Amino acid sequence: MEGFFIFTDLPGLARSLERHYRLRVSTLDPYKLRSEFPILHQEINGNPLVYLDNAATSQKPLAVLNSSRDYYEKINSNIHRGVHRLSQAATAAHESARQTIASHLNANRPEEIIFTSGTTDSVNLVASSLGRSNRFKAGDEIIISGLEHHSNTVPWQMLCERLGITLKVIPVLDNGTLDLEAYDSLITERTKLVSVNHVSNAFGTVNNVTHICSQARKIGALTFIDGAQSIPHLNVDLESIDCDFYAFSGHKVYGPTGIGILFGKHELLCELPPWRGGGEMIKEVTFEKTTYNDPPFKFEAGTPNIEGGIALATALDFVNNLVISEITDHESLLIKRAAEILGELEGITIYGPDDRAGALSFNFEGIHHYDLGTLLDQMGFALRTGHHCCQPLMSRFGITGTLRASFAAYNTLEEVESLGEALKKALMMLR
Amino acid sequence: MRVTITEKQQELLDDLDLFQDWTERYEYVIGLGKKLQPMDPNLHTSDRLIKGCQSQVWLDSSSKDGKMSYLADSDSVITKGMIALFVRVLDGESPETVLTADLSFIDKTGLKEHLAPTRANALTLMAAEMKKGALEASQQ
Repeated sequence: MEGFFIFTDLPGLARSLERHYRLRVSTLDPYKLRSEFPILHQEINGNPLVYLDNAATSQKPLAVLNSSRDYYEKINSNIHRGVHRLSQAATAAHESARQTIASHLNANRPEEIIFTSGTTDSVNLVASSLGRSNRFKAGDEIIISGLEHHSNTVPWQMLCERLGITLKVIPVLDNGTLDLEAYDSLITERTKLVSVNHVSNAFGTVNNVTHICSQARKIGALTFIDGAQSIPHLNVDLESIDCDFYAFSGHKVYGPTGIGILFGKHELLCELPPWRGGGEMIKEVTFEKTTYNDPPFKFEAGTPNIEGGIALATALDFVNNLVISEITDHESLLIKRAAEILGELEGITIYGPDDRAGALSFNFEGIHHYDLGTLLDQMGFALRTGHHCCQPLMSRFGITGTLRASFAAYNTLEEVESLGEALKKALMMLR
Repeated sequence: MRVTITEKQQELLDDLDLFQDWTERYEYVIGLGKKLQPMDPNLHTSDRLIKGCQSQVWLDSSSKDGKMSYLADSDSVITKGMIALFVRVLDGESPETVLTADLSFIDKTGLKEHLAPTRANALTLMAAEMKKGALEASQQ
């Protein structure tokens, strides 16, 4: 690795750091895990790939790749209403995937799980459907937070513009956490919906969504949680969060792109109107009137991403086999160590609170994040630069963007140490 | 004897050829940026900003006595180095020469293949903007 660190006792280093940071000892072995990710074994510009752009998308294990391949090799067929064997097998696999996802989230029933194309699609589904219901009127208010991704901002803005609703924003404190006192005063009887992320994609801030939902529930407002960045890193129990909607994307949790999930409480899904029309979502169609199917099918017009849903369930099985708490502990160690190593570099600003999940965002005084990203790429490091689809958050901190390292179960302490060395080299070139 | 645009481009390519690895190439380009004539921050106006780049790049084109003069700046030192390559080739040339200049030397620098597509695209935008300045000057 370009003459970077040579480690002789990595497990020893890991154990001593876990003691140092007072972290629970993770049993996860990232080196063993890496053998299940073919893409990680390649060189970029003559250096081993160090993939630290997991918040954008994670890599896929063999189990997931094989799951997609198996589907097309063995049971590919259109689902539901098929009389023949393949269609029945595909339907069974698709519905079994729904059940796996419901169990993973601790949802009450599989009908609460809707297959979408991703988190963005899930937000748009709820925003559009609510907009067609009679739950909103002009003068109502929707609350989001200053930490949101554009995908949990723009669909609500569009809804607000259409119906004359006011969008309010929970402010972000200097340490990158939400100002929950301000949140309490933002909530009024006009608040009809609160939508926040569970974990910030830009700073890795973990939001207290249980508290946010409980405050909203007191005045009867609906709650939507964007879980795109929490599902890969944290144990998510929807019964304890008690939100009305929860959304995430498959590709950020070792699954394929183009598949995502919307959880919605069953009674709400029954009440809300569909947003897209087509096959699958109907009970009976006549030219005079169409009656709609029950949830979840009411919200799944057209042939779904069958293979994607099945492979996503395989990805969640993969996570559960590793045990999500072990992933959390392993990643916490990586992030703490990264923050410590990077914290020693001159001129650095690290954003967000010390207890973060998934991502570490930073800048160096007088250095453009794009320049650092370019030089790191030369050394084989994949990091993300820019506004991370959070322009209002970047403005709040008076910056145009950051450099973001984001982690997955297969990242190693060795990679974290070498990131520090690579940054030193890049900084020397740029200063 | 006057050095032609083609000769200036070849000179830059020869310089870059001297370097063994990417580190030296990048350091050379960053160095070129640092050697650019300083641009008064008051000239960092939105009409001088080249749109479509991830970093901010400002370009000021003017002409005097039939010669183009370019001032450029960027908040990214790599981008500034990239535009410095163009400035070195085009500064002091007549608007007509700039307009007809073949700037494909940039493809031969070996830098473009190391750039993210957004950055490679920025190079095209910079070249287009410099030619636009020459076009305006030639129409005056």
